[in-house]
This record gives sequence, C-alpha cells and structure tokens, in this order.
Amino acid sequence: MKFTVNEKEYTMEPQPGEMLSTLLRERLGLTGTKIGCNEAECGVCTVIVDGDPIVSCTYPSARIDGKEVLTIEGLADWYARHSDKPIAGKLHPLQEAFISHGAVQCGFCIPGQIMTAHALLNEHSEVTSDSIRYAHKDTLCRCAGYPTIEGAILSAAKSLKTGKPVEPPHCQSSGKPLHSVGTLQVRPDAVAKVNGSAIFTDDLQFEGMLHARVKRCLIPHGFLRKLDVEAARALPGVKAVLTAADIPGRQNHGLFTLDWPALVGINERVRYVGDAVAIVAAETRDIASEALKLIKAEYEELEVVDNPIRALEKDAPQLHEKGNTLKHIKVRKGDVEKGFAASEVLVEHTFHTPTTEHAFLEPECSIAVPLANGRMEVYVGSQIPYSDREQTAAALGLEPEQVRVVGQLMGGGFGGKEDIAGQIHAALLAQAAGKPVKLLFDRHESLLVHPKRHATQITVKVGAMKDGTLKAVQTLLYGDTGAYASLGEKVMARATTHSSGPYEIEHVKADCYAMYTNNPPAGAFRGFGALQGQFAIESMMDILAEKLGMDPVALRRKNALKVGGVTNTGQVLEDSVGLRECIDKVDAEMRRLGGKNPFKAAAVKEKPDCRRAWGFAAAYKNTGLGGGAPDKAGAEVELRLDGSYQVRTASAELGQGLVTVLRLIAAEELQADVNKVDVLVMDTDLTPDGGPTTASRQSYVTGNAALYAARKLRETIAAAMAKEWKCKPEEILLKDDNVSFASNRMPLSQVAELLKAQGADTMAFFEYNAPETKPLGEGGNMHFAYSFAAQAAEVEVNIRTGEVKTLRIVAANDVGKALNPLGLQGQVEGGIIMGMGHALTEEYIVEKGIPFTDHLARYRVPNFTQVPEIISQVVEHPTGGGPYGAKGVGEIVSIATIPAIINAVYNASGTRVDRLPVDQEKVRASFSGGQAV
Amino acid sequence: MATWQYYHNSSTTNDALKVLKNTSESVKIISGGTDLLLDIQQGRHEEVHTLVDVNTVPTMHVLEILDGYLHIGAANLHRVIAQSPLVKEHAAALATASGLIGGPQVRNIGTIGGNVAHALPAADGTIALLCLNAQADIASSNGFRQVPMAELFLGPGKSALKPKEEILTGFDIALRKKGEGSAFNRTMRPQGVAIAILNLAVWISMRADVIADIRIAAGPTGPVPRRLTAAENALRGKTITDKTIAGAYEAATGEVQLRTSRHRATQAYRQDVLGNLLEKTIREAAVNAGVKL
Repeated sequence: MKFTVNEKEYTMEPQPGEMLSTLLRERLGLTGTKIGCNEAECGVCTVIVDGDPIVSCTYPSARIDGKEVLTIEGLADWYARHSDKPIAGKLHPLQEAFISHGAVQCGFCIPGQIMTAHALLNEHSEVTSDSIRYAHKDTLCRCAGYPTIEGAILSAAKSLKTGKPVEPPHCQSSGKPLHSVGTLQVRPDAVAKVNGSAIFTDDLQFEGMLHARVKRCLIPHGFLRKLDVEAARALPGVKAVLTAADIPGRQNHGLFTLDWPALVGINERVRYVGDAVAIVAAETRDIASEALKLIKAEYEELEVVDNPIRALEKDAPQLHEKGNTLKHIKVRKGDVEKGFAASEVLVEHTFHTPTTEHAFLEPECSIAVPLANGRMEVYVGSQIPYSDREQTAAALGLEPEQVRVVGQLMGGGFGGKEDIAGQIHAALLAQAAGKPVKLLFDRHESLLVHPKRHATQITVKVGAMKDGTLKAVQTLLYGDTGAYASLGEKVMARATTHSSGPYEIEHVKADCYAMYTNNPPAGAFRGFGALQGQFAIESMMDILAEKLGMDPVALRRKNALKVGGVTNTGQVLEDSVGLRECIDKVDAEMRRLGGKNPFKAAAVKEKPDCRRAWGFAAAYKNTGLGGGAPDKAGAEVELRLDGSYQVRTASAELGQGLVTVLRLIAAEELQADVNKVDVLVMDTDLTPDGGPTTASRQSYVTGNAALYAARKLRETIAAAMAKEWKCKPEEILLKDDNVSFASNRMPLSQVAELLKAQGADTMAFFEYNAPETKPLGEGGNMHFAYSFAAQAAEVEVNIRTGEVKTLRIVAANDVGKALNPLGLQGQVEGGIIMGMGHALTEEYIVEKGIPFTDHLARYRVPNFTQVPEIISQVVEHPTGGGPYGAKGVGEIVSIATIPAIINAVYNASGTRVDRLPVDQEKVRASFSGGQAV
Repeated sequence: MATWQYYHNSSTTNDALKVLKNTSESVKIISGGTDLLLDIQQGRHEEVHTLVDVNTVPTMHVLEILDGYLHIGAANLHRVIAQSPLVKEHAAALATASGLIGGPQVRNIGTIGGNVAHALPAADGTIALLCLNAQADIASSNGFRQVPMAELFLGPGKSALKPKEEILTGFDIALRKKGEGSAFNRTMRPQGVAIAILNLAVWISMRADVIADIRIAAGPTGPVPRRLTAAENALRGKTITDKTIAGAYEAATGEVQLRTSRHRATQAYRQDVLGNLLEKTIREAAVNAGVKL
C-alpha cells in the first residue's frame, strides 16, 4: 500500500493485526501519537486521516492505502505550508496557545487534544465553546485542564483568523509577584509536549529489547498449588520465564510494609486478581502473550473477603500473618461522651465512598536495561525513584547503588505511580535474559493491578449547641486497603485525622480500621483519605445546619479553624490559616451569582424539568508527610560553564509542574532569567533524593531544598567575586546573565570559570529537613502546614430522569503563596474536575473480589462536555517555613468539590446522597416518590 | 495472536462476497470495526483470520435519493449521516442518533452498516432506522434482496445475515411527506458502560393535529431491536395530549418486558425513563412534522 504521513510518501505492507497507531509508533518511529487505552475511549491517539480526526488505536493500518495521515509531528510543517507567511520552525498557533496558556501539564493527551482541535479549526474558522466541547467530547485529559485547553483553542482560532499573534491567557499572577516567583511562566517541557518530541517510557527503544508479560492469578483468594511453565519456556521466541523460585533477592516489596510478593510461590497465598505467579520475556509482545496462555497454574480457592467489615469479623479468613487489621487508628481529644451530653442537638449518619481509579492516561511502563558492569538501569515514570531503586535492588539481590532509576516523563500519576508496578518484574527478566526488557501494562492490566483509592464506610455523629457551636464529633471509619498495605495505613490515618473537618471542636473521637481484603490494593490517590473523611463531615455539616435552621456557611464560619486554634490531634495552629478568607470569598461570590438564598431549589426558565441550587463545603489538607516521619529532600544547584544554572533533585514531575516551581525558586534566589535555569529530576545516579512525590509536599520540601541550595550557590559566587573585586560579598549583585559590583561586570560563564580557577565549588547541595512533626496521639504538631479551601457548587437536576449536571464551581484555596500561577491554575481546574468525577461519574466496581471495571469503557472520567464554569480565587496566607510562604496545593482542591456538589444535589432535589457517586435513580425517586410517572 | 491475519480491502461487493466465500479460515466482514475489533481483542468475539473491509466499496458510500427513496450506503460514517442535509430533512431521527454514537473520532470510523449488523438491541442507529421503517439492502451471489429492518435480527448480537454469503449494503427510507417527522432520544447513566439505559425513536405522520400514523422503536426492550406496536396503536387517530401519551405509555409497559441490567439501570427506573422518553420524543417528532405544540 501507498500512503503519506506528514506529506512524506511511504510504500509498505500492513502487518497482521496492525493498527495505524502501531504502524506510526513502531515502524515510522512517530511516537508523538500516544496510546492511552487501546480501546477507542480516550482519544489520546487521535491523528488525522484525509482531514478527519480518528482514533488510530482502533483503525487497521491496512486502511490507509491511498490516504494522507497527519500526526502531531507534522503539524508545524503543515501550518508553514498553509500559511501566507511561512516561517521555518514556527509552531502552529494551536501549539503556541497550548504552551502560553498553560494547557500542557503531563502532556500525554496533548497530541490528541491538538490534533482534534486542528481538525475542528481546519473545517470551521468560527469556533465556540460549544463546538469545541462537542469535538473534544472523547478526547480525555485526566489532568483535566479542559477550561484552559478550551481557552487555548479559542485563542488559536482567533489568531488563525486575524493573523495576529496568539493572545496571552487570562491567568492571575500571585498577589505579590516577585522577580520570578509568582509570575506566569511556561513549562520548560511544553514545546516538546506540543510537537510530539516528548519521550515517555513506552517511546524508548533499546537494541535487542525484549517484551514482558505477567501471568496473573485472576482469582481473588487461594493457594497456588501447581505451576507449570515448561511449555511457555519451550515456545520459540521466549527468552525467560521466571517464577517466585527464581527471585535472587527479596520476594516481597512495599512502601512501608513489605507484604506484597513480586511473585507468589507454590503453596503460597494469592490475595487478589492481580497477583503475579510467573513472568515472561520474549522477542515480541505477541509471543509473550502466547507464552502466558501456555502457563498452567492450579489454585485451591478460598473464601473471598470482599469488604473491611467482614475482614474484621473473628471468623473471617486471615489474609496476612499479622491478621486482617493493617492498623487501628485513633484520634482522641477531650471526652466525646461529655460533649454529646452537653450538646443541644445530635445528628448521626453513615456514608460510603467507593474505590476509585487514578486513570492516569499513560499506563505503567518499565524498561530494565542490564549493563555490562553488573548494574541495572530502570527507565520508568515513578513518583518515588529512590524507593524504586531500593525495592528493585532488593529483589535482584543487589545493593541499591547497583541500580539506577532513570525517571521518565509521566503521563499523570495522582498517587497511582508510587508503588512498584512493573519495575521489579522487568528487572528480574532483564537480569535473567541479559537483555533490555520492556514491561508495558495495557489499560486492562493497569485497571486490575495498581492500588486504588480506599473505599470507606464512615459513620459520623455530631453534637452541637443551638447557636451552631460544635461540641463533639465522633467518627467510625472502615477503610478497604485491599490485598496489600501499600500506603494504606498513612491514607487511613489522614482520613481519620481529617474526619472532623477544618473546625475547632472541643471533643473528638475517631476510630478507623484499615483492613486487608481480597480486593485490589488501595494506596495513595490525590486527597489521600482526607477526601473520604471530609466528604462525610462536610455532608454532616449541612445536615446539622438544616436541623439547626442555620445557614450552612454561617455554621462553618462559626467553627472554622483559625490561627491559635487547636486541631483534633491537639496541634496549635501557629500561622497560615486562610480558611475564613476562603469561606468569605466563596460565600460572597456565590451570593452574587446565586442571590440571597442560593441553597433553595429554583425552577429553570425554558427547562420545566429542571431545578437548580447551590451547595457549599470547606476543607483542609496537610502539607508533608507529618506524624513524626522525617520529611526531607536534597537538591543541588550548579552554575555551568555556559553561564546557565541547573537544579537537580530526584523528586518527580508527573505533570503537576514541580520543574517549573524549582526553576522559579532558583531563578528568584539567583536573580536569574528563568530560561537560564533548567531542572533535572528523577535520576538516582545524577540527582539527590527528593523524597516521595506525595502528600502535597514537593513545593514546600524540595522547594526549600532548591531555595537553600541556590542561596548557598549565590553566597559562593558572591564570596568569590568579592575576592576578585576586593569588596564585601553583600555588595555583589547578581542580575540575569551577569554579576556586578560598582562598574565591574562579569558574565556568569566567566564567573563559572573563575570559581573553578579559585577551586571554589560551582555546585551547591542542600538537604532540607522540614520542621519536626509528632506522631498521632502525642499532641503537638502533627503536620508542619495545612492548606485550606472553600467551594460552592451550582447543580442542575432533571426531575424527570434524576440526571445531575454541575454548572458552576466557585473556589478559593489558601496556598500560602502562588509560586507558579499557571501551574496552580492547572491544579485548581484539574482538582475540581476530578472532584466532580468522584461526585458524579467515577466508581471502580469490584464484585466478590473480581473487578467489573476492567476496561476504560467502564470507568467514566469527566469529559469536556461535563466541565462546569470555574470561578477560582487564590488566597495567600503565607506559612513561616514554606518557600516564600508556600504550602501544598496538589490535593486540597478536589476535597471540597465533592461535598459542595453533593450538598447542592440535596438542596436541588431533597436527596441526601450518602453513597458516592450520585445515583440518578435515587435522585429521580425523590421526585416520583419511587413511582413511575 | 494478532487480532487478524489477513486484511482484504474490497473493491466491489462482488469482490467482498468472493473473498467471504473462498476463505477457508474464519472470515468476517468489517466496516468501521469500532465494535468488532474491540470484541475480538477483549475476547468477546472469537479470533478471525480474514477481515473483509467494505469501506473501500464505492457503492456502499452512496447517500442520495434513488427511485423515490433516501438511499444510505451501509459504509456511510456516522459523522457523514449526522451532518447530511438529506438525512436531516428526511430522517431526522437517524441524523440525531448518528450524532450521538460514540465520540467524534469514533463517528469518523464507525458506519451505519456496522451499527446495524452488530445487532445489539439498543444500537442507536438501528433504533432510528426501525422507526423510519427502513428497508435493508442485502447483497449475495444471488443478487440483491430487501428486508424490512425488523426482520434483520435473530437475537442479541445475531443478525439474520448469512455470515459467509451475505453483505448488508445499505438502507432505503421513504422520503418525508408533508406532516411527517421523526425524532430520537436516549438516556444514559454517567457511570459505567456507555450504552443507553434506554433509547427511543419516533416517526409520526400528522393530519392537522391528529396522529394519522406513528412508529415507535425503543431499545433495549427485548433480545432484538423492536417496535412498540401497542403504543403505536394506542396513539393512531388521536391528538397529542398528556392523556393520550399516558395511554401510549401504559400500552408500551404492557407489551415490553424491561429488564434490570447490572450497573446500568433497574427495571423500575427503565420504566420511568421509558415514559419520559416517549413523551419527549413524540412531541419532538410532531414538531419535526411541522405541528406547533
């Protein structure tokens, strides 16, 4: 067949079973086209065939005979050819707008977004918000920068029409922008992410690379009794088949608790469907898949423990040696019984939250490359590179230093790339086969295997005075941590400590049982338990407000934590509590938009079947690990001979914008041009340990490490130049590319040489230790900082069908200091939309240990058409220890969205949704009295 | 194993029929393939050796008025149908349904023929064609035959097409006359599988404000896509009022056995949705027919 791709002609024959995406990526090396789901659901693989956007993952390559294909790699050239005044190397206005507006985050969906948009703009010179949303309905973005993507497309359309440059975004800088911190800066990786040259793990190729697949047990609980891998070993093309007996080092892995076997051995227990019993490396993925079919495993099946309450029962099968209880977590303050006795009003209710799935658009991929010197390199997108190194080395029987983790760009993580996925398996096979091995999860495997968000059952009892003063809150939580601990203990500790909300309450008692079950493991996921706990308490606050006949905002304002207040763990808050400002700002905006009584259901003109109302919620979330865990990060800053700076740390960039934050901080301290600062992350040979990318800690902890390292380097430079120019170090001025004193001036490149000549270090390293925290139960500072938020949601409910639509979200987040406003905008939009997903669409369903949600088609992440209008305000109450006052923002935003929507649904429909996500049947029933029309 | 071993781009229907007949291994017609390929990959359909693509058959892309009928070749894309002025004019229900199938990129691959031949009881395109009383055109080595849409289905996922001998080549729909109109609606669940809880299409012929004739199709209302004839009978000769619609709803609930489907809808909710869709779609069809309501 003959066809063109990006105007280049090709003649080649299609291969059996080959999709266009495979031809592009593997035969033409055009890896800008990404594969997110391989099931025509996510739109990430969109390319243009004869002018029409199509999903290339479900389009046989044999169909392109005689056709013209355009991919992201060809878009800039396409534009040059079709432009009146072509400029070589110039990007398409869409690409420019995506960069300048901050529409690029993790970048994995961006080729699909841009190609979809290009097809739209090429067909219609006039586009509207509605036409963009219609065209992009199935082009998913899990960072959920939809509003910014829409703004970028509108700007590009305008530029194409007028011929004028792309207009800048409407994004606010920090209230007090500094030299670089708090100003609008684009991501350093943005250009690569819009032109298709950005490389993610699956895009890498190595000479002689083998392909791995994992034989999983696919039963929830049992003993592996027999395992026969001989037929698989004998299959031509198979290079290695390994079982538990072949692991040279440690069998188990885990982030804190080593309870998760990399491979389950004969007569050992399998605890969930994703447990691995054998791994295969072969010349091709198809051969490896065939080999899996030849592996015969026999199990003695056991009773499936499918929920945490059953797990706690005495007669339940015990899944681990230490039993089914991972942890009983307790929070105690005052005496709740006394508090309830003194209360004038009591309310109690039980809530359920489901398991949810990160659905990062880039499925897990690890490539292990054995080196001749016995070392192993692991290429992987990971949130904790140093932990991967330790865990992989332990399994291989090597010292940690013998493994190098080379972190790759990540197509989203959200907490779901903290645990081991394929790293150990790929490395074991590479070690055995002596060749590079790639282990790529398909979407199905990703859905089955990696840890999810904990499903919970939460019972809340609240005692209050008639004036709204909260007297006592008691909560009982059950958390389903699934088959393995992962970060379950930490997640459920956060659920417990946040379960009485951002309020000062005299008496608090919370008990949480984090239980093992035979469901897929649960671990870190943006919001980290605090999300589940606050869905419950924030729903209760509205239930209480109704019972008291009090305005729900007033009730929250009255009890809100403030500086000097004492949390439920006994921490006295010393600074940076912007909760009341958040509440006031959102309240004012909500009432400006929604009138005096925004909580009353209102009829909708022209839509007789619909009712609208607002709902309100507040939230808080810890920054940093806390609870007594040492929280530290290392960073280096180097002045290079070309006069540019480099910041190095192994902290992870998963799309959230850490590299921009670090670049801004270093540029600030060195008064440098931000474009002269680059950031290298996630390489355990080249960058110091930055700790895990979790707990909204990176801007604060690694941010501080970079800040102090940069400051140290500035001092070295000042000292050297003072010596040179015979002045005091504090008289030395650093500005952009130069260092100066009085009339003396030297470019940084020369300064670097001078430092070397003087024997001074051109590189400064700093290990930052965050303020000490206390373990739960000891009082004192549980965490070194908290972020706060308030949100109001307006929903529309269809009384005939029960369907719910979120129309508007008003949000205020106290982030301490907006270091990177474009990135902050992405976190706010993405957090709100992910929260909306949790309220309305997302549910990972497991039945008796078997996931029903085994394809992306069965897990609905919010799409473009569901996005509400977002009105966001940033509140900046600086925290003393944070860089320029900043604290975390990665998780806080989603937390308030869920109860705000759920409270709005109640206000509009009278249905109290106590089981997420909203079931439209239940909402409908409240209007029909359960009867058909 | 690869999803398929051999892929044949057919030049004519006869070419496709020949390959179908002469292939000794498993062989299957593929149109858009957005359902079929995923079914094979995910193990819901047995492996297929040879796929016979009919997208390359020019006659199967015809979309024009032929012999007083609107002829829609089976290989027309959902996007093409949704945007076609002819379809909007003569078969509004089908234009609407085609614009709702999948997402934009899938509508640029998926075809109306594939939607129908897959024989799912709630396929949006099928339900729309059913209310439009379309005739399905079937090619075989014996020539062409026409079958009413309703006779095309044997069970869920099973069409009446002979797998090795026949190809669905297109559909013929009577041109819209004065007073006629059609409409399509569906209700989805925001979680889980993206198959309609219920979809419903109405074709109506109004004489002044009286329903001279009406056809209603809805899915899933049984193992095969079907018409709601009792509801149609209840409405024929009546005016459109809350009362007559309520009567039609009662008739409809009497003739179909709505089911509870796991993670999608309970029977009670489906029944509720049926009432809502029935009312909404009848009124929209009447508006499409030029009646002012």
